[in-house]
Amino acid sequence: MSLKEKIASSRFVITAEVGPPKGVDIEEMKKNTEVLKGRVDAVNLTDQQSSVMRLGSLAGCHLLRQWGVEPVLQVTCRDRNRLALQSDLLSAYVMGVENVLCLTGDHVSLGDHPDAKPVFDLDSVSLLQAVKGLEQGRDLGGKELKGSPRFFVGATVAPGADPLEPQILKMEKKVKAGAQFFQTQAMYEPKQFEEFMKSVKHLNAAVLVGIVVLRSAAMARFMNKNVAGIHVPDNLIEEMDKAEKKAAKGIEIAARLIREMRDMCQGVHIMAIGMEDRVPAILDAAGM
Amino acid sequence: MLVSELKPFEEILGYLDGENKVFIVGCKGCAEVCQTGGEAQVLEMKQKLEGKGKAVTGYTVVDFLCDRALVKLRLKAREADVAAADSLLVMTCGVGVQATAAVVDKITHPACNTMNLGGVRGEWRGSERCRECGDCLLDVTGGICPLTACSKFLINGPCGGAKSGKCEVEPDVRDCGWHLIYQRLKKLNRLDKMTEIVPPKAFSKMEPPKHLRSTIMWALEQREKEVAAR
Ligand code: SF4
Ligand code: SF4
Repeated sequence: MSLKEKIASSRFVITAEVGPPKGVDIEEMKKNTEVLKGRVDAVNLTDQQSSVMRLGSLAGCHLLRQWGVEPVLQVTCRDRNRLALQSDLLSAYVMGVENVLCLTGDHVSLGDHPDAKPVFDLDSVSLLQAVKGLEQGRDLGGKELKGSPRFFVGATVAPGADPLEPQILKMEKKVKAGAQFFQTQAMYEPKQFEEFMKSVKHLNAAVLVGIVVLRSAAMARFMNKNVAGIHVPDNLIEEMDKAEKKAAKGIEIAARLIREMRDMCQGVHIMAIGMEDRVPAILDAAGM
Repeated sequence: MLVSELKPFEEILGYLDGENKVFIVGCKGCAEVCQTGGEAQVLEMKQKLEGKGKAVTGYTVVDFLCDRALVKLRLKAREADVAAADSLLVMTCGVGVQATAAVVDKITHPACNTMNLGGVRGEWRGSERCRECGDCLLDVTGGICPLTACSKFLINGPCGGAKSGKCEVEPDVRDCGWHLIYQRLKKLNRLDKMTEIVPPKAFSKMEPPKHLRSTIMWALEQREKEVAAR
């Protein structure tokens, strides 16, 4: 069953994320993928996350397929104009990649090539529209395609953003533009997530709640200070601080969050950020 | 307004490598406001250059260095000093440097980096408000330009990068443009505008046809060329 079919069958789905290497040594990426194989329904391949130049998402997805894992191609508007974006989408389809996640992308000034020319020819909404257009056999220039692709299209939203309203308004646009599922920014507050889910009930799109595995209290504080849309509440930071075995604590918290939020949404998206080996333990602890 | 900032002094010295005599040109318009090419900065530059053993043959500060005819007149009045120099150092925006180059047959070094056009199309100076995109979206954004206010030129709402109303790029100084747009539309009770999908921008419209780019001055220059060719 594909990710699309699983979500349609209203099964609780599990996705996780793998980052491609900065270089051509794919051993670690392969190891991380092996760990996730059989435990998750699909794996996202990040697109030069945090504007750091790396192996491409498309090549990464191709590898995932070779290794027997269903990939989700992340596509950002940061690096490519509309020609390149549409071309990559066509390429992905012929390589058997069916899931795409359309993102705006971080600004280049945050990454390791701050002097690069940021593109942002399209934004996430128009990228979604472009996907829809390709599926209908036309490109953004209005030209007819020789054979059209079919995708399962996703987008992102930050349920912890303050104010939340503009995020929801944009989410509405994304649904109108063709988004079928959402993977959220990391959520640490089930109450807040419940409120969020209530306010987007009318949108009729599957929501996979985002979980970022905690490494330490310092990491949580860092995210609170620097990462938009993420808020780790004090009691969790304290819990991490006090814990003797940080790794075990991070696993326990992630599993607890999944248990608390699983009935509110259609799935979970785990962002382990280099700690993929902990994902099976998290899923075990969450009873999945 | 044309916003400029002075280049690092080392870079300017590099331009003057192998040249000993220089004539400095400043501007009392935008460059004075930006403190990059007013009288005070020209004098300071003169002193610094002399400190490095350069001879400054003279200087002039033109009211509006972007006015080519005016530049021509002013430099004519200082013909001897200009002739004595190996090159000219122009402390103003790119337009001023080009205007100087157009009237003097000498190397003209830029002393500044031109940052943006600010309010050049009007008198509301102070910050950049329009990128001359050729297809104005102010209607859907409550009168705040998303192309200049948002670092990613997003036209369909905020990215996920804003924190406490500040943009992920330079959060110390830069408001999130979409936060401002949201607040404004909310105040106007027009949040429905934020659900309208804006199609991808036609960037071709940012390239205006030649006849719109050029002004009456261009026509006069053309005529000058034709007369000279005769
Ligand atoms: S939307 Fe375009 S024309 Fe309107 S203010 Fe912004 S850049 Fe200028
Ligand atoms: S934080 Fe706001 S201003 Fe900055 S890029 Fe995102 S939407 Fe634009």
